[in-house]
Amino acid sequence: MTPKVKTTDRIPSQNLRQYAGKLLLQNEIPPELASHLTQIPSIKRKVLYHECQRCGNQKKFLFGTIPCAKCKKLHLYCRNCVEMGRVMACEPLYYWSDEDSIWTSYDSPLSWKGTLTDTQQKASDQLVAAIIEGKKEFLIWAVCGAGKTEMLFQGIEAGLKLGKRICIATPRADVVRELKPRIQEAFQKVPVQALYGGSEDKEGSSQLIIATTHQLRRFYQTFDIVIIDEIDAFPFHNDESLPFAVNRAKKERNTTIYLTATPRQNLRLRLALKKLPHTFVPVRYHGNPLPVPTLKICYSLKKSLRKQKIPKILLEWITNRKNQSRQLLVFVSSIKLTKDVKIFLQNCLASQLGVIVSVHSEDEQRVEKIELFRNKNIDVLVTTTILERGVTFPSVDVVVLDAGHAVFDEAALVQIAGRAGRSADDPTGDVIFLHDGKTDAMVQAVHSIRAMNRRGGFSL
Amino acid sequence: MNCLWCHEELIMEVNWSNVTFPTKVQRICEICEKELVLLSGNRCRRCSRETESDVCNDCLWWENYHQGKDVIEYNYSVFQYTSHIQDIIAKWKYRGDYELGHIFEKTFYQHFQQTFKEIKNAVAVPIPLSSERIQERCFNQASMLTAFLPVRKLDILSRVHGEKQSKKTRQERISSENPFILHQTLNNPVILVDDIYTTGATLRHAARLLKKAGCTNVYTYTLVRG
Ligand SMILES: [Zn+2]
Ligand SMILES: [Zn+2]
Ligand SMILES: [Zn+2]
Repeated sequence: MTPKVKTTDRIPSQNLRQYAGKLLLQNEIPPELASHLTQIPSIKRKVLYHECQRCGNQKKFLFGTIPCAKCKKLHLYCRNCVEMGRVMACEPLYYWSDEDSIWTSYDSPLSWKGTLTDTQQKASDQLVAAIIEGKKEFLIWAVCGAGKTEMLFQGIEAGLKLGKRICIATPRADVVRELKPRIQEAFQKVPVQALYGGSEDKEGSSQLIIATTHQLRRFYQTFDIVIIDEIDAFPFHNDESLPFAVNRAKKERNTTIYLTATPRQNLRLRLALKKLPHTFVPVRYHGNPLPVPTLKICYSLKKSLRKQKIPKILLEWITNRKNQSRQLLVFVSSIKLTKDVKIFLQNCLASQLGVIVSVHSEDEQRVEKIELFRNKNIDVLVTTTILERGVTFPSVDVVVLDAGHAVFDEAALVQIAGRAGRSADDPTGDVIFLHDGKTDAMVQAVHSIRAMNRRGGFSL
Repeated sequence: MNCLWCHEELIMEVNWSNVTFPTKVQRICEICEKELVLLSGNRCRRCSRETESDVCNDCLWWENYHQGKDVIEYNYSVFQYTSHIQDIIAKWKYRGDYELGHIFEKTFYQHFQQTFKEIKNAVAVPIPLSSERIQERCFNQASMLTAFLPVRKLDILSRVHGEKQSKKTRQERISSENPFILHQTLNNPVILVDDIYTTGATLRHAARLLKKAGCTNVYTYTLVRG
């Protein structure tokens, strides 16, 4: 007689694994699993306000009141994160804590065979040490084009050897999309998932995850190491609910790595007070200085833009460019202007410039257009600030049209200037800020680019 | 207060209309409101569709189907089915952002007053959801719309079959079994309320039951004409 298989109420950990470290709604879990998960209240009542425990929302107008047909009561729900499934006051949130470690300690996870420059190696060694020691925080301040992704590899390797769960978080989906193949290529044996709105990967069950900060709202005390790329970038510094999500996604004992090319005031202050361990990488990986922007004044700029005419000074600059084979990135201040500027460039300079295309955040073909530009099928790309950071093109000149506009703050301008001269084959590039009156942001941006070049040992 | 759709802060004007009807304030900013397009111009007087003819072909078909007398007197819809309103409705109904329904409160009320005010003893009946669907969404959008109206609201219908209407062809919708049951007879004129009038088949299923039970006239009042 064959022995009967004994059924227990323990759920095999493989089934649970996809829930590991996630914060879930009742309708996201099979009912039989509910009793195995820990429940927490979904909307907490504080003294003066309420707080959504998934997204951290505290704003009164982002809570709604619903006469709930299920519990027959009038209660709150969170409007801020409703796109991810509605958080209702009458239902708890669920999580499964992965304390009995289910993550793998890899022997040699890094398959990347490249080498780092001396400056990169120094930063990388400090990062590895911070991870092994389990430092609370560590900042890598690296100029645009320093090769920070490569500098992370050995740090991630060290974490994976220790069986840590790691997340690389960045505010922009475009950056997640660009990082995924590079990270997967470097860690071929390690499953990597990329999470952003509309991503193919949905589960978020892998040990190594690349995610937009928005997607971190799905996690609960699960990451040992969180690497926050572009810590200075929108929307991190003006959306309080995102730091909430990042903090909640971390384990109690964790290491947080910050990456930035343009630290904001709060970080600079902590650096000055020596409250934040850090490393500084002032040189690009190819050893050349950062291109310093040229400021060009054009008094009739606003009028030209309104009349949809190309300012003469820009026309001259474009025709006299030193290296005409470079592609051109034109930054403008609004979505509407991307189209206007594209049209007037097409009218005046199409024969000279070739294919001219515009792109912005709400453009459905955004991903394809960026890809086409990268593959040099497009010669000129007119863009809003969505391309200010994260995305790299090998050989471009850069124009900021109306650089005095408020959307171009110091950090944005430094980042934009950092788009030029990214490859070793063409390590320089022209950057011009076209304006009708200097702003502090412009002056500060040039100042800090020069300062970084000096720290990198260049006398410019 | 903030715009329910874009979250921009609203500048409140105190005027006679919001003093007299304090609940009927606009909860959406001017820019978002402009994107909501009212049905206008020449419309089919039976179904509210924008058309040059007096009664559109679909409505003639319905008349014929009911042996010369359609079961509804007419449908009135407020808005065109633009992609903007589609987005709002999707977030309201499917994502379950209940508050978004208030975007329509004022206009839905006003157009009701213009269109149905004269009908004596009318009662409003929302198109119900199945119990399965209501468990999932926790509210019924048609009920919410009905509650905005200054008439007696009666929940006398329930839904026994699912809502998977959108996947059915027109023919299937029309010939399918009546998904509703009626709990109470009444002889008042009835105004059926729902968010969307698409083919009108679902609303006519409900109207047929009401007529059979003795209602004199059945009208339908819907937010958008799909
Ligand atoms: Zn929330
Ligand atoms: Zn409830
Ligand atoms: Zn019609």
